[in-house]
Order: sequence, then C-alpha cells, then structure tokens
Amino acid sequence: MLLRTLHLPKSEFEAGTGWTLKPEGACQGDVCVPLSQDAGESIDVESVAREIGLPLVAAPEHGLWALGPAWIGSRALTSAQAPDLRLPDLDGREFQLASLRGKKVLLFAWAPY
Amino acid sequence: MWQALRNELHPKGFELVTVGLDTLGNDGCRAFIEAAKPEHPSLIDRHHVLADLFGVINIPSSVWIDERGMIVRPAEAAPAPPRTATSPPGFAMPGAVPQRFIDIMSEAAKIRKDAAGYHAALRDWVEHGAASRFALPPEQVVERSRPRDRDHALGHAHFALATQLEIDGHHTAAIPHFRAAHRLVPESWTFRRQAWSLEKVGDGPLARFWQGPNPDAPEAWPYAGDWLADIRQSGAENYSEPWRP
Repeated sequence: MLLRTLHLPKSEFEAGTGWTLKPEGACQGDVCVPLSQDAGESIDVESVAREIGLPLVAAPEHGLWALGPAWIGSRALTSAQAPDLRLPDLDGREFQLASLRGKKVLLFAWAPY
Repeated sequence: MWQALRNELHPKGFELVTVGLDTLGNDGCRAFIEAAKPEHPSLIDRHHVLADLFGVINIPSSVWIDERGMIVRPAEAAPAPPRTATSPPGFAMPGAVPQRFIDIMSEAAKIRKDAAGYHAALRDWVEHGAASRFALPPEQVVERSRPRDRDHALGHAHFALATQLEIDGHHTAAIPHFRAAHRLVPESWTFRRQAWSLEKVGDGPLARFWQGPNPDAPEAWPYAGDWLADIRQSGAENYSEPWRP
C-alpha cells in the first residue's frame, strides 16, 4: 500500500492493507494480532505497522511511503478466498473481481515487455 | 488465441480477466490491448498488486477462481492455447534484428511449457467445476501459493515504492528500491523485467525489450543482472515451475 502521509483514517488503512482494526487487535480473516492500545479512528501507521509486522519503507524526500503485504502463514495466500482485487481498465474505470461471482474466472497476468 | 478460447468457453459461465503488469500503465499496454480488441475485462496493474495479492512472479501466469470467489488454482505458468490450423500466424520480427534479440528469443523458446496438459485441465474444470480433479481444495491452494516471509514482504514494499517514484518522474530515486526488491524477492522475474524495461536502449518499439546494458555505455547499467544474463544463468527451462495437475 502506498502512502503520502503516515496518519490515515482507519477506513483507508483497512481498505489499503486488508487488516480490520477491532478492539481485540488487528485482524485478517481468522488471525488477530493484539495491539498495545486501541488504534483509534486516526491511525499512526508506523506504530500499527510495527505491531502487526507489516514492513514500511520510505522515500521521505518525496513524501512517499509503502507498506508491504502481510506475510502471516508463510505463504502468499493466507486463504483460498480470492482477495478483493480492484484495478482500472484503459479508460480508467475501476473493475472489481468480485463482480464476476457466479462465473468461473481465469485471471491472466501478462506484460508488454 | 486466449480471446478465441474465452469466446468458446464464455457460454459455459467462464470469463477471462487479463491484467497487464506495467508501471508505464496505458502508455505501455494500450497498443497491445487495442490490437487484441478484448471482449473480456482487460485491466492495468501499475504496481503489480497481483504479486502482493496472489504471489505472481512471472508472466504469463494465471489464477483460477470459482463461482463462489474461491481460488482453485494459485498463480502458475499459463501457456498460450495450443495452436490450431486456424490460429493466426505468429508475430514476426522486422528485418535487421540485433543479435541480442535473436539470443533472447532463442532463450525464450526454451522456456518449458505444457500447453496441452494445462489447457486440457482448464477445459475439464470449466466442464465439471468442483468435481474436476484439477480444482484444488483450499488447503492445497494455500500450500501451493508462493512462499512469503518478512524479506519477501519488505521486497514488495520496496517494489511498490519504486513504481510510484517512477510514475512521479523520479526515475533515479526508484532504482535503489527496485534493486532492494530484486535482492529480497530473487525468484520474481516480473520485478526484474519491469525495472529492466524502464532502462530503454535506443528508441522505437524494441527499446523496452533490450533489458540489458547499452553496448555504448555498459557501465551505466544500474542492475546486478539483465534479461539475457539472468535467463542464461538460471536456465530458461527453469523460468517456470513444471506444470503439475
């Protein structure tokens, strides 16, 4: 997840990382990591990332930070449930993978290089 | 060829979603997408979120997802459908091709593919759904997805930062983060090829395919490896893991 600030509304942090912040801690699926204090509505990204174990890298001279993905369970997938994928098409319209529920989907990665 | 396969299987409740992994976004992907005239969703992934979310490490690769949104096969090599008598002719290189491209294409030709096995399995799944032996149970899907530890997660963070710096016009600032991503996720070909493709050599349509030191200034090449050196070192036959049912 890319960040232009280290303080985010809770909803943005949750949407960007896939972690839900609950009173019992940060949760993803069945896994919850306790937090030393309630994260509140405005998230201090550095402290929450450290507690969850999300790597944070910085290009402070450009006002830019990036959080790495979760690595719980030692595999890229923590569950077979397809993650919430949203990407734009050529016209910039966002497409949600979940809109294809009811169909079998082959997600195909290619590159023009 | 994928488009023809999609059109054939579409009436059976099948959809193809193609995702172009390219930090240059529309500038990189548009010509290819417009030439293919897709009738299926065709998306652009400038930060390679497919690597974060699904563990994609090379192209072409695929993930199969069933009607309920469950992954039934994690990221794996996805060879083009076997050619048929009615397939359009393959892409031909223009004349006077530099030796490097001939070498790259001859290495690429050695990349192991099991198009027949993969596509028979795909048709079996589209026909039989969960009863297909190629639709894996959830534990196996997770277990077959790529390994991920703290170094991998850190490498993905560096890669995301690099792609955004590149998009923002800070090409030089992006390079150390691409290098960190390459060091931390050495098995990812897409992380390397993306960075190499941003070091254009010459101009014209092939500039992004050079992916290695400029013969006029080899010392300026900012990366540890390059496409031809790396594929030769690891062996083109090891570019993808062998397909397994």
